[in-house]
This record gives sequence, structure tokens and C-alpha cells, in this order.
Amino acid sequence: MGDLLDFLKFLKYRKRYWLWPLALLLIIFGTLLVAAQSSALAPFIYSLF
Amino acid sequence: MYVLGLSGYYHDSAACLIKDGAILAAAQEERFTRIKNDAAFPQKSIEYCLAYAGIRLSDVDHIVFYEKPFLKFERLLETFLSSAPYGIRPFLKAMPIWLKEKLYFKKMLVNALRRIDQEWRPGEGQLLFCKHHQSHAASAFYASPFSSAVILTVDGVGEWETTSVSIGAGHHIQPDCYIAFPHSLGLLYSAFTYHLGFKVNCDEYKVMGLAPYGKPVYLDIIFDELVDMKSDGSFQLNMKYFNYTTGLTMTSKHFDVLINAARRHPDEPISQKHMDIAASIQTAAEQIMLKITTALYAKHRIENLCLAGGVALNCVVNSKILKLSGFKNIWVQPAAGDAGGALGAALAVYHQYLDNKRLNTSQDRMQNSLLGPECTTNQVLQALNASGLAYEKYEKRQLYSTIASEIAGGKVVGYFNGRMEFGPRALGARSILADARNPEMQSLLNQKIKFRESFRPFAPAVLEEFADDYFDLGVKSPYMLMVGDVRSDKRIADQQQGETNVPSIKRARSVIPAVTHVDYSARLQTVNATDHPDFYQLIRTFFELTGCPMLINTSFNRMDEPIVCTPQDALDCFLGTGIDILVISEFLVRKSAI
Repeated sequence: MGDLLDFLKFLKYRKRYWLWPLALLLIIFGTLLVAAQSSALAPFIYSLF
Repeated sequence: MYVLGLSGYYHDSAACLIKDGAILAAAQEERFTRIKNDAAFPQKSIEYCLAYAGIRLSDVDHIVFYEKPFLKFERLLETFLSSAPYGIRPFLKAMPIWLKEKLYFKKMLVNALRRIDQEWRPGEGQLLFCKHHQSHAASAFYASPFSSAVILTVDGVGEWETTSVSIGAGHHIQPDCYIAFPHSLGLLYSAFTYHLGFKVNCDEYKVMGLAPYGKPVYLDIIFDELVDMKSDGSFQLNMKYFNYTTGLTMTSKHFDVLINAARRHPDEPISQKHMDIAASIQTAAEQIMLKITTALYAKHRIENLCLAGGVALNCVVNSKILKLSGFKNIWVQPAAGDAGGALGAALAVYHQYLDNKRLNTSQDRMQNSLLGPECTTNQVLQALNASGLAYEKYEKRQLYSTIASEIAGGKVVGYFNGRMEFGPRALGARSILADARNPEMQSLLNQKIKFRESFRPFAPAVLEEFADDYFDLGVKSPYMLMVGDVRSDKRIADQQQGETNVPSIKRARSVIPAVTHVDYSARLQTVNATDHPDFYQLIRTFFELTGCPMLINTSFNRMDEPIVCTPQDALDCFLGTGIDILVISEFLVRKSAI
């Protein structure tokens, strides 16, 4: 999670505020994607879709 | 103080170790893994660098990666937003890799480094990231023999920059201006490379080699439609014709219509039209680079120019700049591509981040680019004995005279000696050598030894003091990054002068036909006794025997393979090709004895 927060801080530092919504969306989906592939959370995530 | 520079995860991974500003070791991962342009984490290269210095990773003061992944990701997101909804396919292809791996780059890098040394923990400010073009600029300036220079870096793309200009003075590099993605000379050249059926980011040099066979008939189209060139050297591409921001190909269908030809299939024979396309983009690249450098010279009035980035490997462009731009001296980083970024990042940390002065600003610091691994006599003997091949051992002088007389007799020699080269060129440490006077040698080497396209020319390694007798160049070219025309008195009167089709390369057009391209140019390496004593002595011995002060020097590998690294690699290449004689250090193996 530290790296993702770092990326959001980086966008703030670069004043690329218009990228925040897209970055957040990608991060949420990315986290789900990684969790779905590698943990016991998978069945619960699948049921969301 | 040790600084370790790393490049990788895109293409051509490498590592470089410097100690108190001196370059100790540098190597490309492909040489160890045997995967051409290997982009993986450069573990073996790092292990080699550490072993060379006799240290562990925990002894290294700073580790620096050659680009900034967050900036790259920012470019990806912005490019997607600016072209949405087009570009969804490359976006969907790139995102999983970024979301699963590259966004966690720092963690990934730390984990990979800890596999090398489990005791290593990154302290505050110990793991650093340098911008891509800053790495290139540092590799060009800090390694150069100049105390002040204009630094020009040109490649496909780094984070945002595709072309950057900085001013180097002492141990400072001050950014001046840049051109941002998607407007890129490197990607323009790659788009044509793609259209010609070659591999992008890999085969651009084949387009350069093909260009002299054609005529630049598409040059007007390139400047009328594809490139909007400004008087200050900046340019914009007309993105209607390119697909690399929104698709999975380099060019769009409009490009095919404009050129009036579909993309060449890699197996399709090369036609005159393909040669004309190659000639057109090569001429355009020369004109664009000339415009940039002429404008830079007029603006800064500094006599020295340093070049790096993939485009700086285009030796025809480099020679045009030297002759016509106004700059008096040019120095090109021999590892100008991304591998050299590892070296540049390390030097940038030492001089820019840590504010250390350069020890000597009048000497080239690349040590002839012989920065890679070497092997001990025991390792050579082990490989030779395991192969079961008969070998002969020679004292140095005797070895050189044996090699020289075999080459003069028409034999092809695989030559493996000392530390291997860092960068794409073989410079006499891992080289295939042959007689430049033999008119059959160009075809023989291409077809029976390198197994590569018949149009490809070969380069000469020439004794520095004789270079001007044979070539119109006027400067040293120790890294094979300049071309010179064969002097008129060395040319042979040609009945079909001006003919430049592929079969015409077999016709002797000079006294050194095997290294004379169809346009009489040669990409030469000048060799002197101080910088490269062993290789110099070998060529000198050949000169004393034959009166010819040069040899064909081509990389010791087969097509699409990395240059050989170990004695075993050399033996494999020797046995799998038509090479007649293999020399590893002081040992000689003859194919005829098998």
C-alpha cells in the first residue's frame, strides 16, 4: 500500500490532480485483481461481480 | 565510495559499479542469460560487478535505478486520458503489469536486491532513482574527455522526454530544453523499422545498413506529412500516421497509404522500394539531427558535443554532425542505449547528487569500454578440456603471427581476449576477425558464420595511424561510432559506378572490399597502442605481414544472439558456425583438427 500512496503523493507533488480519479480507480481494481489471484478473499471478490 | 547503477525492466538490463568516481565494472544481463536484449532484473550483472570489486551489496553506498517509474506511469495515464476512448487496447495490456508489478517497483527492486545479499537493507537515501534522460546525459558527459559540453540525448522515450539538451560544465549538468512524448525521433525511426518488417527497439541498425542501397525518394513526404520541423531544431510528429499511443502497432493505416505500401512481412524478400524507404528515413534522421545540432551550436557556441540515447548509435548521423553542425569535437557514449543508463545513473549520483568533482576532465573514462567479465586461464582450460577439442598454446607474439598468417590465408578467426565490451559493439575482445582485402569475405561471413541478411556490411578495425590513409574521417573512432568514406585513391574504378543493389556489394569497389559499403562508406574502429595494446599488436602483426593495417571486426555471435561472454559460449559459437579458428586468450583451436 505504501507504494500506491507514494504514487498519489507523487501526483500531488506534480500537481496532476486530474489523474487522481483515474489513479484511485486503477488502484482499487488493481488491489482487487491482486487479492483475487492470491488470497482466500477470491470467492468474496468474485461474488461482487 | 561505491555506487551501483542499474537499468532494466524495459529492454537491455545492465549494471555498473563505480568506486570514488572511477568506473570499475559494467555488464549487460543478456551476455550472461544468453537472451538478446534481456530486460529482466540484472542479477547476474550485479553479481559480476560485486565480484569484480570483491565486495558485497551491503558495502555499496548508493544504488540507483536509471529511470523514474512513477513518472513513466504518469505518462501512461495522461496519454490514455488524452486519447480516450481510443488507446484502450494498449492501456488494458499495460495496466495489469503496472498494477501487479511496476507500481510496487521500489519493493520489487528491494526484494530482488535482497536475493543477492540477504543482509542488505536500504538505508535512508541509499536507493535512488534518476531520470532516464538524465542518466543518458550523465553517461555521455561524465565519461567524456570534455570539461564543458552541450549534451544531446535522443531515443524512443524515457519518462516523458524523447530528446533532451543539457549543458555540462565541470561536474554539473544543467538541463536546457527537451521534446516530449509522443514526438520522438527514435520512435519515428522505429516506426519505419516496423514498417520494413524488422524488430522495433532492436533492428534499427539494419535499416541504417540497408539505407545506402536505396534512394531517399520519400524524403519530401516525410517532411511534408510526418514531421513538422522548426528552425530551432524542435519538431512535432503528425500522430495521424502513428499508432504507438493508441494501438499495439507503430504505424497506422494512414501511414501505409502515405507510403503506398503495406508493412513488409519479416519473411518477405527486401525490394528496391524497401531500400528506398530505408534511405528516406535515414536521410530524414540525418537532417533532423543536423538541424538540432546546428541550432544548438548557434545557441550555445560551445565546441564540444556529447551524445547518448539509442539514436546516438546511428554512426552515419554522428559523422554528419561532426562534419556539418559546427561542433568541433564530438564524443558518443559507446553504450548509448539503455544499458548505458546504468552507468550514467551511477555517475549522476556520484557527481550531481553527492556533488563530487570529476578527477580528470581531459580523458575518456570508458577504458575502451572493456568493462565486462574476463576469465582465468583455469576457466579457459576447463572449457577446452571439457570440449575434448585439440588446442595449441602460444606465447603472445607467436600467437599474433599465427593468427595474422591464418587470416591472410583466408581463414576466419573467433577472437576472445580479456575483459568483454560494455555496449553493443565488439571492439576486439569478443570479435570475429577476417581479411578486409578478400572480396568474398562479406558474403562468406554473412551467410556461413553470422547467418544474417546478405545486405549487411562489415566494419574494419584499423590502426589509428593509418586510418587517414584509407578513410576520409579525420578523428579517432575507438568505439565504432563514426563512418568514414574510403579515400578515392583506395577505390577501384567501377564500370557500374552508382549501382547500389544488393548483389553489387559483392563487387570489389576498393582495395578493402569486405569493409566498403555500396556508397563507399565504412563504420570504422580506430585502434591505438595505448588504449588497446593487445588488439593493436594483433593488427600490427597482420600489417607487417600483408601491408594492410586493418581487419574485419564483427561481433562474436550468430544472428539474434548476444555476443559470447564465456569460453563455453565461444566454443558453442565456433562449433555451430563456419569459423575456422578459435582463439581464447593464449589458446588456439583449429576447426580442421576436429
